[in-house]
Amino acid sequence: MSYFSDIYKGVKTLLTGMSVTGKYFLHSRKGAITQQYPDNRATLKMFDRFRGEVIMPHDDNNQHRCTGCQKCEIACPNGTIEIVWDRGIDEYTGKNKKKIDKFVYHLSMCTMCGLCIDACPTDAIKWGQNFENSVYDRTKLTRVLNKPGSRLAPGVEE
Amino acid sequence: MKEFIEIDKDFKTEPYQINMGPQHPATHGVLNLLLTIDGEIIKKVEPDLGYIHRSIEKMCERDSYQQIVHLTDRMDYLSANINNEAVCLTVEKALQLEIPDRVKVIRTIIGELTRISSHCLWWGVMGMDVGALTTYFYGFRDREMLNDIFEETCGARLTMNYNVPGGLMYDIHPNFVGRVKKFIDHFKTKIPEYDRLLSENVIFQKRTKGVGILSKEDAISFGVSGPVGRASGYSCDVRKYHPYSAFDRVDFNEVLRTEGDTFARYQVRIQELWESLYVVEQLIDNIPEGEYRVKTNAVIKLPKGEFYQKVETARGELGVYIISTGTKNPYRLKFRSPGFSNLSALNHMAVGSKIGDLVAIMATLDLVIPDIDR
Amino acid sequence: MTSIINSSYFLILSTTAKESLSILEILLIALGYLTFFAVAGLFLVLLERRVAAWFQLRIGPNRVGYQGLLQTMADALKLVSKELTGTIKADKLLYNLAPYFVIITALMSLAVFPFSKQIQAFDINIGIFFLIAVSSIGVIGILLGGWASNNKFALIGAMRSGVQTISYELSVGLSLLTMILITGSLQLSEIVEVQRQGGWLILQGHIPAIIAFMVYMIAGTAETNRAPFDLVEAESELGAGFHTEYSGMKFAYFFLAEFINMFIIASIATTVFFGAWLSPFGITESIPWLGVFWFLAKAMVLVFLMMWFRWTFPRLRVDQLLTLEWKYLLPINLVNIVIMALIVWLNLTIKF
Repeated sequence: MSYFSDIYKGVKTLLTGMSVTGKYFLHSRKGAITQQYPDNRATLKMFDRFRGEVIMPHDDNNQHRCTGCQKCEIACPNGTIEIVWDRGIDEYTGKNKKKIDKFVYHLSMCTMCGLCIDACPTDAIKWGQNFENSVYDRTKLTRVLNKPGSRLAPGVEE
Repeated sequence: MKEFIEIDKDFKTEPYQINMGPQHPATHGVLNLLLTIDGEIIKKVEPDLGYIHRSIEKMCERDSYQQIVHLTDRMDYLSANINNEAVCLTVEKALQLEIPDRVKVIRTIIGELTRISSHCLWWGVMGMDVGALTTYFYGFRDREMLNDIFEETCGARLTMNYNVPGGLMYDIHPNFVGRVKKFIDHFKTKIPEYDRLLSENVIFQKRTKGVGILSKEDAISFGVSGPVGRASGYSCDVRKYHPYSAFDRVDFNEVLRTEGDTFARYQVRIQELWESLYVVEQLIDNIPEGEYRVKTNAVIKLPKGEFYQKVETARGELGVYIISTGTKNPYRLKFRSPGFSNLSALNHMAVGSKIGDLVAIMATLDLVIPDIDR
Repeated sequence: MTSIINSSYFLILSTTAKESLSILEILLIALGYLTFFAVAGLFLVLLERRVAAWFQLRIGPNRVGYQGLLQTMADALKLVSKELTGTIKADKLLYNLAPYFVIITALMSLAVFPFSKQIQAFDINIGIFFLIAVSSIGVIGILLGGWASNNKFALIGAMRSGVQTISYELSVGLSLLTMILITGSLQLSEIVEVQRQGGWLILQGHIPAIIAFMVYMIAGTAETNRAPFDLVEAESELGAGFHTEYSGMKFAYFFLAEFINMFIIASIATTVFFGAWLSPFGITESIPWLGVFWFLAKAMVLVFLMMWFRWTFPRLRVDQLLTLEWKYLLPINLVNIVIMALIVWLNLTIKF
């Protein structure tokens, strides 16, 4: 007798499984969870903490907040950040201070761990939400984050 | 050509060897299993490791303690956050830092959510390995909600690197609590659906029951941990026996089964989904106020000595063992990864079963290859 | 489209003037059939992909053409232009022969189906027997392909296929035989005629017919090597099974044959159980050409059922596959035949 009850139970569980997929089939019109990515670019918004790339914000006067302390360079596990710096007279204070010449960021080596941003004492670097980083030429992934002619914003101290 | 087609005059049959992997859909990565099989029956399974060895332990000797944390993301990437927590807990233990309650609770919540997300993926892949392809998408649908939660709070979906020695990198996002509650409500309706689609299915039960049996004695002697060990009746939940973070103040059951077969391992993981949800439910409304991070020195130097801390990842017991000579880098750092020990029991479980069974057994071991190779 | 019209024209011609068919006409009919079913096979592939997507909360192919209608055409073009690779130590002749075995047998079966009262290329008096015989030749192609490609995974897949087909041929044959007891003829047009007079066979034979239909659907799914009986391919176990070493158009033949076989299994069920081109309650009996529509609609419903199976169930293990056949399906089938014989003998069939 267990032969027949086995068959009955077996068929019943199979039908239960089919009812689950069948339910989703009927709701397939609105149930799809696919994001049609390149089409939804206009509406696709990343979360504000999303780690896409490291950026250095500049204000309207082309001023950044990087003092060239190199803490990010030390914090980085992969050698992603290289800071080329120099010493020069600061316009506002008149002191001889360290200032950055180039903030070089190798995106190709970055693991997005966030330790540089965590280490930065002056909030000079931040996360950018751009994630479309693919390029045809690898050298394009090496970026200089400070804009040409930019300088340190006044009042930023370590 | 000639020597290849030479026919055995006596029509003797003999076992033959076949390489399953490193590029095989069921090995979930670059694991190579050298199978000795007789027709369909498995005589021997020899795992061949090292295809994704990145010498993470050696890299840790180079890095500072803050930098080590992000390397552990790349080990067992499905429970990345729990790995991070393990390193942070070891460093905090060595420094004897007092960690705020808020940090402990948030770590526990995110750790349990990581476990759920890992088990969701496992469930999908488990179904796919036994041939039910649709489960994969249902598992991923629920995992997607969790990934969004992680992305909003931690900034990354998989390699989160949210923990730092001394606390958390940022405070939780204002939307975090609401989103987690929404997920709990959503997921409570989905686990019964998982059961109806796969667990109760007669074909699935026939495929898994009585297959790949691992006795309790064998489980202990192979050093198996996590859901695999608990399915064999080996009570080994680190959260219960050596509570870390906030596990000492929450109520949950250690899921135990005694059968030790593939279906028991499956059931343990499904039941753990409920338990993890229960843990999150208890904590999500009572996140204490306070600091999210204790200030540490920019250069952390551990005192001279040896430090060990273990945590329960989604796969089992992860141990972090640090030998420090008092400098800013560890002298030696050893990870006791759960996947490696669990894999060692594979040969014992799979001998005598069929190729299809081997795939089902491997699916319930829930192997993550970078965790095994490191 | 023109080819379909042409072929149907010739088919109508063929039924009226059977004796006067020239070789040219036969060729044209064959060409029309081939064109139609190559396109139908591609359409089935697309349908499978869309249906799978809807089961799985996805959208499916929707880029090439309106709603992705040209997607499989593009895939076919890609496969035609692909390089044909193979292994060095393969048995070249058998390796190259295998795909043709599979695809030709699949196409051969199509000749006998009564798509409507007029459209039936070859009304042979042992129709069902022919179908069963031809569909079991296909497995030789799979065995050859798996053996000749000199790959252990392919070999395991091929051997599984042999085991599977030998077993499930029985159930397919016996379940169809159950229905033959009612009709008393193997000729497909005769079977349809019986159903036109007394209602669909699944209603005429009531309980045993329903059991026979269920057994047939299970065994038929196994015949086509589709999930949950896709042990031959079993991508999580064997990579791709018997067609691991095939590429390009040779692979496409295997792939297309799977879908045409699925259509064939559904068509046999339509013909034997659901009255082929007969409309329900005879609502469109006055318009004979609508028979094609009814035939295809019924077949599509059954094809959908097989897709539903595929995207819901896990795969069986090879020993469970045999257990299912020899311990469950075959005894049930044998008992079912006896019951059916009794019912026919005692005249307990339901006639409308």
